Amino acid sequence: MLSRRFRGGAALSAAALALTGCATQTDTGSAGAQEYPTKQVQYVIPFDPGGESDVTARLQQQALEKALGESVVVSNRPGGGGAVGWSALANSTAPDGYTVMGANLPHILLQPMARDDAGYQTEEIKWVYIFESTPNAFLVAKDSPYDTLQEFVKAAKKEKMSVGGSSSFSANHMGTLALNREAGIDLTYVPFSGTATASPALLGGQVDALMSYNTEALELQDQGAKVLAVASPERLPELPDVPTFREAGFDVVEGAWRGAAVPPDTPQPIIDELAAAFEQVNKNPQVRQRMQKLGFHIEDMGPAEAAEFTQRRQVDARRLLQQFGLMDK
Amino acid sequence: MLLLCLAGTVAGMAVGATPGLSATVGLALLLPITFTLDPTTGLVLMGAFYMGAIYGGAFTAILVNAPGTPSSIATTFDGFPMTQQGRSEVAIIGITVASVVGGLVGVLGLATLAPLLANVVLAFGPQEYFWMGVFGLTMIAGIADSLVKGLAAGALGLLISTVGISPVGGEVRFTFGVTDLQGGVPLIVALIGLFTIPTIIDLMVAPEARSAAMAKEAEQRRRGGVLGSTLRTVLSRPVNLLRSSVIGTFVGILPGAGGNVANLVAYNEAKRTSPRRRNFGKGELDGVVAPEAANNAVVGGGLVPLLTLGIPGAPPDAVIYGVLLLHGLRPGNELFTEQGVLTFTFILALAVAALLMAPVGLVAGRGLQRVVVRAPTQYLAPAIAVLTILGSYAVRNNPLDVVLMVLLGIAGYGLRKVGLPPPAIVLGVVLGPIIETGLGQGLLSASDRALPWTSFFTRPLSLLIIALVVLGVLWPLLNRRKDARVRDQAHEEVAP
Repeated sequence: MLSRRFRGGAALSAAALALTGCATQTDTGSAGAQEYPTKQVQYVIPFDPGGESDVTARLQQQALEKALGESVVVSNRPGGGGAVGWSALANSTAPDGYTVMGANLPHILLQPMARDDAGYQTEEIKWVYIFESTPNAFLVAKDSPYDTLQEFVKAAKKEKMSVGGSSSFSANHMGTLALNREAGIDLTYVPFSGTATASPALLGGQVDALMSYNTEALELQDQGAKVLAVASPERLPELPDVPTFREAGFDVVEGAWRGAAVPPDTPQPIIDELAAAFEQVNKNPQVRQRMQKLGFHIEDMGPAEAAEFTQRRQVDARRLLQQFGLMDK
Repeated sequence: MLLLCLAGTVAGMAVGATPGLSATVGLALLLPITFTLDPTTGLVLMGAFYMGAIYGGAFTAILVNAPGTPSSIATTFDGFPMTQQGRSEVAIIGITVASVVGGLVGVLGLATLAPLLANVVLAFGPQEYFWMGVFGLTMIAGIADSLVKGLAAGALGLLISTVGISPVGGEVRFTFGVTDLQGGVPLIVALIGLFTIPTIIDLMVAPEARSAAMAKEAEQRRRGGVLGSTLRTVLSRPVNLLRSSVIGTFVGILPGAGGNVANLVAYNEAKRTSPRRRNFGKGELDGVVAPEAANNAVVGGGLVPLLTLGIPGAPPDAVIYGVLLLHGLRPGNELFTEQGVLTFTFILALAVAALLMAPVGLVAGRGLQRVVVRAPTQYLAPAIAVLTILGSYAVRNNPLDVVLMVLLGIAGYGLRKVGLPPPAIVLGVVLGPIIETGLGQGLLSASDRALPWTSFFTRPLSLLIIALVVLGVLWPLLNRRKDARVRDQAHEEVAP
């Protein structure tokens, strides 16, 4: 069943290689899945230790070792919101499957669009698997006069309102822009360095509302904040009473997706092997339980599905950035 | 439990003393180990490790002018001169007392005032962070001998801090076509370059200077009684210890600032108010006590917003947050009520770890100090050089950082020669992002006003900090006049 699922991906990427005139497949194509892996695998996270991506990798490490039958070492190569790591992945990492890097949406979509030279192209980040997501959530403070998203939007049409969120060109930023577009309003997005500085801004009344993630929404709800909507396609089990943006009448689906990727010229059999390993990791009950405790939603997208998903979101993101004049080129 | 605390503290100290390996990195490495432990054991281990790591950062700061973590920047200002004068043992004993007291004060704040202090977090908006950063810049007046050169150095530091992605807006700046510069210049890389490389060059250029210090240190040890006299000196100035600890606790509470800011502010306040202020920067014991009391107080302070609001007060707290969540513990009020036993065990463990730093520091810490001080210069200089390379590489596993470190080191040596003080440059690097972020966010969040910038002058808390800024600018002038009067009376020659 597995192999059938991934054959499509193989065909797709072969076509992509042919189209881009990539000549390196001859020497790497000979490496069969049988000989992989035979040594330690490096699992590099392009973010600081202690963040969501890093913690996830450290949760997965043991199960990943079991699935691959080789030791796995987690390390960090942070900088530029992930761009330093991804640039190294795209340009200077051997495509032999022994270096796997964490990759995040929408980061790998937005950085190449917004920056003059992010150091990589979205297409160069070759997905192995997307294994988890954290959808956006929209909140107002306890003493806010608004109890529903519609009420908030109605008020935002009359006066200027500010929305805090975690960093620029992020899922929170895109979610705010998408809400602006869908509702025809002009919210001012205030980027903070992360949820740790954005959340106090909502609780302390520095911003009118907060675009955050489901994980943080749960925490802030305990502090009395009101979660007005979640940006997932369906309601979230941990916030069953909170409507989705779509239910409220605004077509906004946004959040962060995390997965693993390899350099562009990695042979398909190796990608398949890694994808199978990550799928197995996602089935591990202990890993699942821990991920859920941290508020992460488990996703299962293999290489082809992840690439296709990325492409779809790329079109949306480009349209959104163009509309708000945020494209670099 | 005691053994676990001890293990955590010692391991933390070792990681903290290694430049490039921060408390956060160490805690992240510990994370998988805690999966197998029950929540209490895991949290005790992590708490002790965190406390030890912040303390450990001071050793390399004092002995080889390489801050092990950004929380020990100011410790180098007087700690390394003390080593050069053959008084490193005094400095090590001093920071041990300071760290224990600071750690305990922070934990006490956490245990007794947490819900109250959490309000401070919420009252602090972008405008306040902006003014706090500006307040920090007034320290330049205290650090530099010449105000013009100090300001020039500070401006250079601010410029260095703008390399990379802008914190508000996300534009890429000053990367000069090097894609890896998108990540900016990490603080620890700048620290190692600007402080430690000139030290190595000094050791190579004038090795005999160190021999004198070694002789003095040896003689002092023969005479003995260093421990007793240092303890008496430090404890006889409780105001400095307590003021620094309170500063550390408060700065620790703020998620937008941490040990890197707290140690600088505490140093500056100690210098500003000390009757011996003219000795600061030349090997004044109070100058190492202040930052080290403050940075260990940050540990307790930083946990206040985490345990009450679920907001990590400093990056290491984010890892501890993860451990709490993994064990199904959600920060907030029930952590203090339903889970009270666990929470207070954790807080108690932090206090125990703080106390354990005393014996560990006085035995193992002084042992390390002896080894470093006695090492012949021809071995010590290359050993420090290796440490700087490994340290700067380890920050992000990026060879570019080694290049940046060496370049900044050479620049730092040259700039010091012309009188631009490296500490003022570092001040700019630390405070630049805080000021810029506060300014950008403040203007954006007040965009409903006709003139958004007025929001910087209308908030009560902002006005309070502005008053501190004015005081900070005027105080050195007042001090200078007072000093001048004293000098006139004593008829002594002192360099300005």
